Amino acid sequence: MNKYLLLVLSLLTALPNIILAQMPTNSEIEMADAMVANGKIYVVVGVLTIVFVCIVTYLIMLDKKVSKLEKQIKK
Amino acid sequence: MCFTTFGAIFLSMAKHWWKALAVLLVLYTIIGGFLLPVPRLQILHETIRNLYFHVTMWFGMIIILTISIVNSIRYLQTQKIKYDIVADASSKVGLLFGIAGCINGSLWARYTWGAWWVADAKLNGAAISLLFYFAYQILRSSITDETNKARIAAVYNIFAYVMFMVFIMVLPRMVASLHPGNGGNPGFGKYDLDNNMRMVFYPAILGWTLIGIWLLSISIRIKKLQIQNE
Repeated sequence: MNKYLLLVLSLLTALPNIILAQMPTNSEIEMADAMVANGKIYVVVGVLTIVFVCIVTYLIMLDKKVSKLEKQIKK
Repeated sequence: MCFTTFGAIFLSMAKHWWKALAVLLVLYTIIGGFLLPVPRLQILHETIRNLYFHVTMWFGMIIILTISIVNSIRYLQTQKIKYDIVADASSKVGLLFGIAGCINGSLWARYTWGAWWVADAKLNGAAISLLFYFAYQILRSSITDETNKARIAAVYNIFAYVMFMVFIMVLPRMVASLHPGNGGNPGFGKYDLDNNMRMVFYPAILGWTLIGIWLLSISIRIKKLQIQNE
């Protein structure tokens, strides 16, 4: 009985270590931390958002133009 | 006056809500994809965020090409030209997504595997699949008779879809491959795709696919206008 209790206890104490070992806490791996720190990453996101919004605006206009043509042909 | 304007907006919302959803989801992909945390991994570093823009292209392509084959089968069952139009347009949009996925995958490979292209089962399979759909377009343009074109293209499209699935889903899993998810390499789903990434990845798939369906709907409508005008 005591043996099993010891086993369970040791597993329980080991559990946080097992989970931590699998977490990506390794800060030695180089990431774009500087860009996040000085906020330049927002510039990238902003530029991409503007490009995407422009393309979507064009798509909406195209969509409306096709709708207009469909109505004209129906008449 | 005010009521009718709101009514019109409401009606247009009811009809176009999925387009708004597509735009919102892709905007979320761009913003969340660059700002939300990702796992810190060797070799990949920040390029792991390409998952939201590369893998989603292929998912979108598979979904849109499935629309294409379903409509080809429906055409063969009913002989109605409207199904052929959908099959043709969706194979074009699928090809667009495939080309985008191929090019951005190549760029990604250059900075993680060290080469623009490696002789890999997944990559070559993807390239061959693209060739199948290029061939579909060439086949279509080579037949002038409309009903013959639709029928032969529909039969070919079924063949192309089956081969596409074999070349990108089956064969790469049977041999060694650098690409994640194949030949002993873990897929992103197993170890690398953590819950933070899932929160962007799944909406990104839906968003890009809906954008593809929007493009598809516009091209179908233009094709129908062309036919009506003739």
